[in-house]
Amino acid sequence: MSLLFKNVKQLIFDIDQFIETVEQGVLVFKEGVVNYIEGEKTSFSDKIQQIDKLEADADKLQRKIDDKFYRYSILPQNVGDIEEMLDKLDEIIDISKDNLYQFEAELPFIPKELKSEFIRLTEISTEAALAVFPASRSFFREPLKVKDMLSKVYFYERETDKIAINIKRKLFHEMNDLRLSQKMHLRYFTLHIETVSDKAETLADLLSILALKMSI
Amino acid sequence: MIILFFLSSGLFLGWSLGANDASNIFGTAVGSRMLRFKTAAIVASIFVILGAVIQGAGANHTLGKLGSVNTIAAAFTVALSAALTVYWMTRMSLPVSTSQAIVGAIIGWNFYTNNPTDLSVLSKIVSTWISGPILGGIFAVLLFMLVRLIFRKSRIHLLFKDSMVRLGLLVVGAFGAYSLGANNIANVMGVFTGAINLPPIDFGLFVLDSTQQLFFVGGVAIAIGIITYSRHVMETVGNTLMPLTPDAAIVVVLAQALVLFIFSSQGLSDAMQSIGLPGIPLVPVSSSQIVIGSIIGIGLYKGGKEIKYNILGSISLGWIATPMVAGVLTFFMLFFVNNVFKQDVGGDRSLVVVDDLKIEMGKSDNLQNNNADIIIETRPITIDTLNSSIIVGSTGNPIYENNSIKTELVILVLILIISLIVLSYFLYSYLKKDKNKLLHIKELEDKYHHKVKILEESLANRIIEQDDLDKELKFRQSEMITMAMSIIRKNEFLDNLKNEVIKIKTGIIDQEIRLKLNKLSLMITQDLSIDRDREKFQMHINEQNSNFIHQLEESFPSMTDNEKRLASMLRLNLSSKEIASILNISPKSVEMNRYRLRKKLKVDPKVNLTDFIRDF
Repeated sequence: MSLLFKNVKQLIFDIDQFIETVEQGVLVFKEGVVNYIEGEKTSFSDKIQQIDKLEADADKLQRKIDDKFYRYSILPQNVGDIEEMLDKLDEIIDISKDNLYQFEAELPFIPKELKSEFIRLTEISTEAALAVFPASRSFFREPLKVKDMLSKVYFYERETDKIAINIKRKLFHEMNDLRLSQKMHLRYFTLHIETVSDKAETLADLLSILALKMSI
Repeated sequence: MIILFFLSSGLFLGWSLGANDASNIFGTAVGSRMLRFKTAAIVASIFVILGAVIQGAGANHTLGKLGSVNTIAAAFTVALSAALTVYWMTRMSLPVSTSQAIVGAIIGWNFYTNNPTDLSVLSKIVSTWISGPILGGIFAVLLFMLVRLIFRKSRIHLLFKDSMVRLGLLVVGAFGAYSLGANNIANVMGVFTGAINLPPIDFGLFVLDSTQQLFFVGGVAIAIGIITYSRHVMETVGNTLMPLTPDAAIVVVLAQALVLFIFSSQGLSDAMQSIGLPGIPLVPVSSSQIVIGSIIGIGLYKGGKEIKYNILGSISLGWIATPMVAGVLTFFMLFFVNNVFKQDVGGDRSLVVVDDLKIEMGKSDNLQNNNADIIIETRPITIDTLNSSIIVGSTGNPIYENNSIKTELVILVLILIISLIVLSYFLYSYLKKDKNKLLHIKELEDKYHHKVKILEESLANRIIEQDDLDKELKFRQSEMITMAMSIIRKNEFLDNLKNEVIKIKTGIIDQEIRLKLNKLSLMITQDLSIDRDREKFQMHINEQNSNFIHQLEESFPSMTDNEKRLASMLRLNLSSKEIASILNISPKSVEMNRYRLRKKLKVDPKVNLTDFIRDF
């Protein structure tokens, strides 16, 4: 029994570390996009390397957590739900990494007029993701509080949508000097940044269901 | 050796009690994989024996007051009748409890031997059958509220909570097993304590008297029941009453253990009396019925929507039917043992010696065992137990009071009438079932012969059809692989095409051509993302592998749809990259899914997953 407690302690540490890694990944993504928009190439390259490492670490941790859950038959009735939650968390760092690589590979041109808008879009989108992490941690300790904590996620996700629409409207209605290809390109990048908050919203939906399930 | 033979009926009763009632304690814990069966069985066995030896005397004393079975042949018959009642009623899927069977059997012995049944003791026992489940329900609700409050307020991590629940299930299970042994050992060995007298064994630190030695043997029989057969009961019957979450299981088991403990603790009863409260009746109660009471209590607390109220009716039927059947069976069996096998069964049916102070019953020469260590003798029934209905005259002959005789006769006749009605009902339904069964068998036989003829005729046709089907299956499989490959090739081609279009687009300045190229690129992207081909392919896979998927579902019920789909694709020997292309997900996700599938199917690390699935 003491071995079980020891393993559980280690597993709790791993889960916390996994959430922390994903959280750091999102912060790095935010800084990376700002660096790109501001034209700070060296910092941007650093961020690419950092997020690459964080994503690899998150994958390793996820495998380790999966392995422990099955090997020691921990929470046999809820292991599927928890794994699904960890998957959704992993998707957030995956998409953050992919997006940063898109910036690096496609080098989108961001006009001066839109810089502040894009920075705000990135900040609000990542805020949605950053708000879902405390709820994920709380799910393990106080499932009843999860629902209250998720209201922030939904708020930031809606705000992200609004900013994205504004950017698109500005692009296609006001900025006639840009080529359609540039507009399309920027449209896609708006979409890429938006996906971070979308993934956070998906996780929030799952968390609210799981929290309800746990409290019954 | 002869003692062992006579004890066999009690041991059988003990075995069945262990096999059936251990699931009330560890059923949920083992069923939900929170505890291994091995751990549960070892803990339950040890604590059942401890409970029986340390605390079994209290409930046994009350059973003794109801009827002190004082010859070994009678004890054997009473225990056998109770065991047969439990076995027969279980086979007929009727609610049954060992506690109620043994009480009925003792009353049957009382009637046969003209031993007066102490109605105050009987009413005390019957009241605990009702108060046991009610008390279980009250305890369960209080504990459930407490456990919920603790888990809500304490902010314990979900995984720590899981470990604590495991530990809790083990500790509470041990307490439950202890209480089960303490309370229910009287059912198993109680009737023998008045008939067998073993010399005490001194272990230095403690001494085991005759009763405790018998209880130890009974405890071992219960433990053997737990080890040999309770796993089967836990897996088949354990969760049919109501699937419980592990934390609710702790509450139910603890409530059950507390009730069993209360009804078997002499110390607690004495403590109650010392503060002026009425003493607790120490009576064997049914653990299954307490569990039902506890679950209903929790159900009522949660709103009462999920409760199956008809279960209450079945408990009430058990209260009446079990003692009736056991009593009548004992009566007739004693008649045979007494008249056919010429065994002394005690009471009026044997030598009665009455003097001024006590009535000694059933002390006969043929029960004197020659073994120097073991002396079998009947326990004297003192005048106290009989003075409510019998007055000993100066001549030493018992004089029955008229009123007392009348009351006893009325009760006897009433009980006999009810017993006969219940028995006839059971017999009628049993015979009806039997008759229907015979008719049904005959009907089935006719149908069978007819079917055999048809089957023989169709068999030949089927063999030919089978060959055709095999050919078609091979064809379909190759078709599926071709389809999969064509999807992969098509997707690869479209991807390359899209990249080429993008390359060409960058070198062209003409706006019109660029627009056309944009349109073309968009069309390709749309075609790549539309899942029509994939859906068709997945539909084909599901159709073709329906048997394989069904087998998987049976062997691994927790498999998700995605895992089944992945297994079907691996069966086609598709690589991770190919599967990723078909499912439009990244190869990394396929690898992760493969890893999980391997875990779920418990595939040995040395075995290739694809080989495992192909050979499945």
